[in-house]
Amino acid sequence: MIEIKDLHKSYKMGSNSLHVLKGINFSVEEGELVAIMGSSGSGKSTLLNILGMLDVLDEGSYTLDGVPIKNLNETKAAQYRNKFLGFVFQSFNLINYKSAMENVALPLYYQKVGRKERQEKALKYLEQVGLREWADHLPSELSGGQKQRVAIARAMAAEPKVLLADEPTGALDSTTSYEVMDLIQKINDAGNTILIVTHEPDIADMCKRIVHLKDGVIVEDKKITQVRASQYV
Amino acid sequence: MLNKDRWREILEVLTSNWFRTLLTAFGVFWGILILIVLLAAGKGLENGIRSNFGDIATNTMFMWTQGTSMAYKGLPKGRRFYFKLEDVAAIKQNVPNLRFVSPRNQLGGFNGVNNVVRGIKTGAFNVYGDYPDIINQDPMGITSGRFINELDIGEKRKVAVIGEGVRASLYDVGEEVIGTYIKIQGVNFMVIGTYKKNSNDGNAEEIQKEIFIPFTSFSLAFNQGNNVGWMAITANDNSSITQLKEQIFAVVRENQKIHPQDLRAVGHFDLFEEFNKVLGLFMAMRYIAYFVGVLVLLSGVIGVSNIMLIVVKERTKEIGIRRALGENPWSIKLQIIMESIFLTMISGMAGISFGALVIFIINYFLETNGPVEMFLNPSVGLGVVLTALIILVVSGLLAGFIPAQSAIKVKPIEALRME
Repeated sequence: MIEIKDLHKSYKMGSNSLHVLKGINFSVEEGELVAIMGSSGSGKSTLLNILGMLDVLDEGSYTLDGVPIKNLNETKAAQYRNKFLGFVFQSFNLINYKSAMENVALPLYYQKVGRKERQEKALKYLEQVGLREWADHLPSELSGGQKQRVAIARAMAAEPKVLLADEPTGALDSTTSYEVMDLIQKINDAGNTILIVTHEPDIADMCKRIVHLKDGVIVEDKKITQVRASQYV
Repeated sequence: MLNKDRWREILEVLTSNWFRTLLTAFGVFWGILILIVLLAAGKGLENGIRSNFGDIATNTMFMWTQGTSMAYKGLPKGRRFYFKLEDVAAIKQNVPNLRFVSPRNQLGGFNGVNNVVRGIKTGAFNVYGDYPDIINQDPMGITSGRFINELDIGEKRKVAVIGEGVRASLYDVGEEVIGTYIKIQGVNFMVIGTYKKNSNDGNAEEIQKEIFIPFTSFSLAFNQGNNVGWMAITANDNSSITQLKEQIFAVVRENQKIHPQDLRAVGHFDLFEEFNKVLGLFMAMRYIAYFVGVLVLLSGVIGVSNIMLIVVKERTKEIGIRRALGENPWSIKLQIIMESIFLTMISGMAGISFGALVIFIINYFLETNGPVEMFLNPSVGLGVVLTALIILVVSGLLAGFIPAQSAIKVKPIEALRME
């Protein structure tokens, strides 16, 4: 599903150049649930941004579902993001003047899906995350865990190939974190590929594979036995 | 492109901060209001001046003799001469595109002695010997009876058409006028009609005190032979008398043995030229109105642009989210530009409507308080409104362009990092 070869990325900071990713080789199969761990400054967010086409790589190659990702202009990148990827952010990033349903329907709107069908689908995904009766509420009327569930529903609505989550539980207390992880595990059980960036070991343990990043290189890549979040809920 | 969601979003953004939106809109509103009111005021002045010209055929020149200033063909300088009827015929024959050539003789005039008598009443009036065509050049409303016709000319009938002013001086109220006689310099003429001329000008009273008699009768009664005092010459609508007049002078000089370079021998007044000068003034006024209006509007538009920049700045994060979700950058750009155009259009239309109301109120006061000298019916045409709308769309586009550009200049990843 994801194939990364010899990835390098550096940032120019004035006259200095900061080499963030120093040759990453990494692949993800369909249906995996991968945690990317590392301390801050290890390059995990940069890696996720490159995977999410929000940032461009300097060297190396990136193939997503057989499609080489390179030399994208903004329009093309937007199209690919819409088609291939779903994003979940630490700070939820819901649009606060749109209701939960409208937020979920947003990626479908960009796919030019008709209004009625959009709403039906959005309601379906809200139902999956257990928030159907909250469909008409604004984000400000929802709790943190609910917001993240709406965000996950939104990420899933476009039926992406890969779900990218950047510290999805970073802003939540542990009970809510486990609820969200339970939801992510269920989505993974249904066959979706998910990548999670986290620095919390207990969240990482709920994935099926942990990739450790340190100073821009992968220091450890291991498959683990998944801890089910449902036992904590 | 223009679907329901887009409109809802525009409204949501613009109504999220009412006070700011209203202040911004006011700039554009004010600009377009100034433009409309300036144009309307200019139009009012133009209408006023135009009505001063009255119904007179403006493509007209008046021509009279002044005495030669150069010796020619054995004739001395300083020679007095008269136009003759032959000159009229020659002009008609040699100069194309003339609509009317009306010779005229005149008695009396300003400060004249009493020259018209009826019974015990007397008065000093302008008495004109005219051809029937004159009513097309210097239009007047016949209030009773008829105007001079070709038969009067042919038979040299001693008939007269008098103004309402003359009637008021020589007749009692309600007295029958048609068929009565008035004595002009000792010669009796039968009144066959009365007229009233339209004018908003200061001479409104003066021009009702004229008497028209057939040209031929005038010549006979007052010993003019075939002399012609002066001529009123009107060109066809599609040619200008200002261009034709040199040809006319050439014909007259030829006929009267005047030196071809003698410019003083024939005096004239070119109404068309004067009229065009005034029209040129209106054109200049219109340019000034547009110039001032558009400049005021420009400051409003800069206000819109400024606010849109702030809106974009405030929504950077949202724009980042939407781009991460896969919204096309063009769609975002379009959204910003449409918000800008929408805001400009709405406030501009409010300005146009309010301007129309102001014009209506001015017209109302003009109507109720009677006419004002040189100012009549200020208005703006549909063309002006359409122009204003086009200016609004273009300025909305310009106002939105820079903010839209800045909206998609920020990379989504940076936009998402904004807190």
